[in-house]
Amino acid sequence: MQVTAMEIYRLLPKTNCAKCGEASCMAFATKLSDKETDLELCTQLAANEMEELENLLAPAVREITIGKGDKTILVGGDEVLYRYELTYYNPTPIIIDVNDDMDEEALNERVKIIEESEFERTGETLVLDGIALRNSSGNADKFAETASKLKSSKLPLVLCSLDPTAMKAALENVGDERPLIYAATENNFDEMAELALEYDCPLAIFVPNDLEKMKEISNILRSKGVRDMVLDPGTYVNDGIGDTLDNFIMIRRLAIEERDEDFRFPIMGIPALTWLYEDDEVQGGIKEATIAATLMNKYADLLIIHGTNIWELIPVLTLRQSVFTDPRKPQAVDAGLYEFGELADDSPVVLTTNFALTYYTVEGDLKSGKSNCYLLVLDTEGRAVDVSLAGGQLTGESVAELIKDSGIEDKVKTRTLIIPGLAAPMSGEIEDDSGWEVVVGPRDSSGMPDFFHKLQEKQEAK
Amino acid sequence: MDKMTQLLKLLENTDTIEINDFRMDFDELEIQIMPAVQRMVQQVAQKQAEVAKEVLPSMEPFAPPVHNWPGEVAEVQLGAGSRKSVFLGGQTALYRFEEPQPNAPVVTFDVFDIPMPGLPKPIREHFDDVMEHPGEWAKKAVKDYGANMITIHLIGTGPKVMDKTPRQAAQDIEEVLQAVKVPLVIGASGDPVKDPIVLEAAAQAAEGERCLLASANLDLDYKKVAKAAVDYNHAVLSWAITDVNMQKTLNKYLMKEGLTQNDIVMDPTTCALGYGIEFSIDVITRTRLAALKGDTDLQMPMSSGTTNAWGSREAWMKKDEWGPTAYRGPIWEIITGLTMMLCGVDIFMMLHPSSVKMLKEIGNTFTRDYLTTDVPDITNWITELE
Repeated sequence: MQVTAMEIYRLLPKTNCAKCGEASCMAFATKLSDKETDLELCTQLAANEMEELENLLAPAVREITIGKGDKTILVGGDEVLYRYELTYYNPTPIIIDVNDDMDEEALNERVKIIEESEFERTGETLVLDGIALRNSSGNADKFAETASKLKSSKLPLVLCSLDPTAMKAALENVGDERPLIYAATENNFDEMAELALEYDCPLAIFVPNDLEKMKEISNILRSKGVRDMVLDPGTYVNDGIGDTLDNFIMIRRLAIEERDEDFRFPIMGIPALTWLYEDDEVQGGIKEATIAATLMNKYADLLIIHGTNIWELIPVLTLRQSVFTDPRKPQAVDAGLYEFGELADDSPVVLTTNFALTYYTVEGDLKSGKSNCYLLVLDTEGRAVDVSLAGGQLTGESVAELIKDSGIEDKVKTRTLIIPGLAAPMSGEIEDDSGWEVVVGPRDSSGMPDFFHKLQEKQEAK
Repeated sequence: MDKMTQLLKLLENTDTIEINDFRMDFDELEIQIMPAVQRMVQQVAQKQAEVAKEVLPSMEPFAPPVHNWPGEVAEVQLGAGSRKSVFLGGQTALYRFEEPQPNAPVVTFDVFDIPMPGLPKPIREHFDDVMEHPGEWAKKAVKDYGANMITIHLIGTGPKVMDKTPRQAAQDIEEVLQAVKVPLVIGASGDPVKDPIVLEAAAQAAEGERCLLASANLDLDYKKVAKAAVDYNHAVLSWAITDVNMQKTLNKYLMKEGLTQNDIVMDPTTCALGYGIEFSIDVITRTRLAALKGDTDLQMPMSSGTTNAWGSREAWMKKDEWGPTAYRGPIWEIITGLTMMLCGVDIFMMLHPSSVKMLKEIGNTFTRDYLTTDVPDITNWITELE
């Protein structure tokens, strides 16, 4: 939750030196509380004071940057356990794996798929976020060489190798791009910590199914000065998924409710492990998407996925878009009259609701179908057609009012309203209250172009 | 030397200052600390920081963050008489590591009283041969696909569908009761006037079998539905539209009609993945948290009409750049159901056999204790993965 300006002010030097650009320390504190300025601007703080303030200002789950410049992703940053309490921050990046046994052609092809996969949804283009390079060869040179090749990619990197020698070799080539180092384990954490500090890169801790040990290692790494970490408590995709969920949830509860410093880091899940047990492309794809959705629902801040079939990625990307929608913002567009294509005074008039998803879906279909029509958008307080029908926002009266207020009666000489198929039960009431004739349209707006076509044929036949 | 310089001179080798019997009177106060003093303070702080760094910060040992929940979810029995029983709910905690739930999530297969040509192809191809007879359809769902329960939707009673009479509906119920031994959910057509009459007739036909009557809501004669449940020993599905307060009100009304917590299952409404699922996430999460915190009006198990997922265009619409619908449909249903399950839903109305299988695999782990499952060694996944 937001820290108050007073809490921050208590820890500031109170010198009002104005070097931060604010007239007083109190003004600076207020801006810090609103996350509108940067603590680093204060030049009067000793290291430990700085640290105390940073702790106070940091979100419950630390926000970690992977990559640099244009190739940057942010992970973590959450403040709450349930999205309705505030919102979740930083949509879970979907990272796709490649490995250092691939020949150049295969590698380039896969990178191209990762970079170009996209899916349009409600006016937003959903994309993949990064590349995880696995040191599958076990060879340090190969790992470093492949890492170099990935420099030309436009996505940030996760370097996966438990061998510090291989990691060092790769970091020599791409360490300046701030890749995520995966991973420190109980066997290599000293060397991996040194590399993370030397190259100033975030470091993942991989300790499967043992939170006690994970806490210990996190604590040691913190005391060595490693600040940016990501926690991987292991992803079990079969019966063990119950343990994985428990681990994820416990880490997040400890971070948010107890501010346990050793667990205040983003969590990563690896649905790609599905493919250790699945050979079939379809079964494996369905399973991997299922595991990804499970973990995303329960606090995964970063996911590594192996499958790149679009039918597998679409549901995962859609879930991400849904879960990370800000519940504080109504998902509604302005009600009123919208125009599509070339219009005349006998153009069809169509009704829909102002739920953003409904509106954008209809809009997309009308545009792609090159339809010419008026669209009346009813204020249902951001509810979909079926929901507003049940909830009493879509009524004869409200539609009649919209017809009147929108001025559509001055634009067309016809008095025919095409309503969504799902609103059919309301047709009589709309006719009674508005005096317009109602025609029930398709249940899904993808049927609109076809519907218009038939309507026109009918009219011409007359 | 002026006084300030004298003071600073005195302070040169000092780490702390203690002031005794100090008193100040002022209207407005502005303290300016000299840079030298400031620097000294900073140096001291730095020293402390260095000391802190050398010593390992003392670490609290790991302890699972278990809550003590004052409330618990009621347990609802479905199936009695000639049926096998299935139990829903009964949770005393939110998560498995706190206390495993006593009953695994349950799936009930949708069956219809009329052939449904509009069902998506990936489902029709499993049931095409039995769609003329709800009894056969139900049998296949249980025998071939391991359904825990059957939902018989009396769609044909809809005045605009086939306008079947309540008597005909009762006959369909009898057919399904004879065909399978699992508990039934009995759904009507969604007509607010006719549904209560149809459900009453169906409830009578299934007397003593403890079915779940779907549903009671604020738009229809819920008293009639409640009475049918009380008279013939059934449970009632209490349906509200993504609104915790509406749910609370309806549950209260139903309990006034003689139903108890153990006779009610809630349907807080499942919006499909990509079509408002986040609203359902919030409402279902809040409902379950309220139950565990002790709100007796919300302590019933929850149901999800997961089948809604098939209405999403990503699930059914032919579009080559999205890949085959044969895969998209089942995934859409799984992820919709799974997301609801992770928020606390206990019973799922579903259509596709492989969606059901996947959901149950994960749901079945909810009844086991933390760290009691044999897990494979995954430490070498980086090199083992293809």
